[in-house]
Amino acid sequence: MDWLSEFPSLGKRDLRDLKKGIDGSFREWSRSNGDAIEAFFDPLYFFLVWLEKLLIATPWPIILLIVAGLAYLGSRSWKLALGSVVSFMLIGYFGMWKDMMATISLISVSTLICIAVGIPIGILMSRYDRVQSAITPILDLMQTIPIFVYLLPVVMLLGIGRVPGLIAVCVYAIPPIIRLTNLGIRLVDKEILEAADAFGSSYRQKLFSVQIPLALPNIFAGVNQTIMMALAMVVIASMIGVKGLGMPVLQAVQNQYLTLGLMNGLAIVALAIIFDRVSQRYGQRLQAHRYGKEHE
Amino acid sequence: MSKTKLKIENLYKIFGPRGKSFIDPVKNGMSKQELLDNHSHVLGLNNINLDIPEQRIQVIMGLSGSGKSTLIRHINRLIEPTAGAITVDDEDILSMSQLQLREFRRKKTSMVFQKFALLPHKTVAQNVAYGLTIQGEQESIAKEKSHKWIESVGLSGFEERYPAQLSGGMQQRVGLARALATDAPILLMDEAFSALDPLIRTDMQNILLELQKDLHKTIIFITHDLDEALRIGDNIAILRDGKIIQKGDPQQIIMKPADDYISDFIKDINRGKVIEVKSIMQKGSSEGTSLDSSCSLEDALKVLNNEKNNECSVVDDKGKKIGKVTLDAAIGALFKEKASRNKEKYK
Repeated sequence: MDWLSEFPSLGKRDLRDLKKGIDGSFREWSRSNGDAIEAFFDPLYFFLVWLEKLLIATPWPIILLIVAGLAYLGSRSWKLALGSVVSFMLIGYFGMWKDMMATISLISVSTLICIAVGIPIGILMSRYDRVQSAITPILDLMQTIPIFVYLLPVVMLLGIGRVPGLIAVCVYAIPPIIRLTNLGIRLVDKEILEAADAFGSSYRQKLFSVQIPLALPNIFAGVNQTIMMALAMVVIASMIGVKGLGMPVLQAVQNQYLTLGLMNGLAIVALAIIFDRVSQRYGQRLQAHRYGKEHE
Repeated sequence: MSKTKLKIENLYKIFGPRGKSFIDPVKNGMSKQELLDNHSHVLGLNNINLDIPEQRIQVIMGLSGSGKSTLIRHINRLIEPTAGAITVDDEDILSMSQLQLREFRRKKTSMVFQKFALLPHKTVAQNVAYGLTIQGEQESIAKEKSHKWIESVGLSGFEERYPAQLSGGMQQRVGLARALATDAPILLMDEAFSALDPLIRTDMQNILLELQKDLHKTIIFITHDLDEALRIGDNIAILRDGKIIQKGDPQQIIMKPADDYISDFIKDINRGKVIEVKSIMQKGSSEGTSLDSSCSLEDALKVLNNEKNNECSVVDDKGKKIGKVTLDAAIGALFKEKASRNKEKYK
């Protein structure tokens, strides 16, 4: 009765050959196409490097001014603007200014990519049920698959560095914006859509003058989530050579530098809180009309 | 009688994935209940035939679930029929392509909704201009036109407010102005005033009737409220379970209800206010005071009571004598409903 206690599996040898075969052919494929793929991502690389250099080269008082300005414009709150500036100053004072700039440039670029790719996909999903049922499982997969599993092929293809890190961050951070764009558009009041139809709107007119504006609060919640998830990936991305606040954390873990880890960890938290609050406030202001307040 | 603007012929709507396949059984007499129980399909509209005259207000009345909202959505094809024909100005609506249909919705029809369906993120002015914006109208012209309609519904000064800042009645004025702004000849009103409280509702009815005096639009007005139907409608069609059970002008509906369902419907109305002298007019002439043919029974009774032999003559709107009316007939009409019911009882 051996066959009952032992699950019938592929022979050890066959299994090894299978894995070897797939690994080998992927490696070969990535060797022959790696350059082309790398060239494809080159503009991204240059943009990322350019932004990082720009942020580092800009005198720090100007950066602080910009931070204060953006925080105030987004949230219309002096407290939040002041808090942001103080956190930035503290982070800089403890010697993490350059790492912070690197992290901010990574987060900005990956968020921009996620918005540019995610919103159109979300719109397509909201328009066609078929697209929705095809994309939803892919998003589930992206959100649950262990990060290292897809880091591996990315690294095999593109090597170690900023671009593979950026791709890893985007894969992890893009699902919420796709989901919430889709959801937001689907949740728009059917009566209002009917009214748009009754007056003879085309699909495009309906999308841009009714559906997207009314879905904006949800879309913005998606952007907020995407930023948060991108920040959460900073440490893991540093494992494949992305510079920034994640790198010292990784070092600290490897060498038991308690303070170094804590400081950089807290800096990431501070950034996360600032991004979160400012983008959330901005999202809330987008729906001010719902509560009968004047637009600011 | 003015000419027919909109013609609905043999219109059927069966909701469900295989609606078309049940057309023949329904035509052969399958009931709504049977269709639902045995085939899980809902019979929305059952053989609707209706000629809607130009420049008049056609009321379609029925209780909830009678199919009246379904019917009005067929006119601009927000809902596709299962079988039948709809023509506007002899143009077949159902054979239109998507592009033609969009053009038809832009130029020929406009709609007012029960729950207003305003765009919450746009101001009153932008909402009223919506139809024009969609048509690609120049901004300055759209602004000018929308301003004019905002004024005519009495909302001047509220142009820059958002819908959420307005009361229900004001929101529906915006809805009405938005529908009027495109100058479409056909106005579809789906329970437009039902969500408003009674005083505001009367207000809105007055606004509509006042505007209609100048505009002469073909209005299809859906309601579940008989008083509203009698007040507004030039013609009324009563719908029940997706079928038209009676159509006619208000006087015909009250004086000659087609069946018990309608008798039941009209039993609580104020007959003195609604019935007009022309409905109880007899042949012949009288020496008494002249009454206008559209004078209400209530007003006529006062005059009749003071006449010597309780008779008045009836004149049309040009002052020509067309018949006479007696006190007995007037009182009879006032209590006709109860009398006929009592007869039932003692039979």
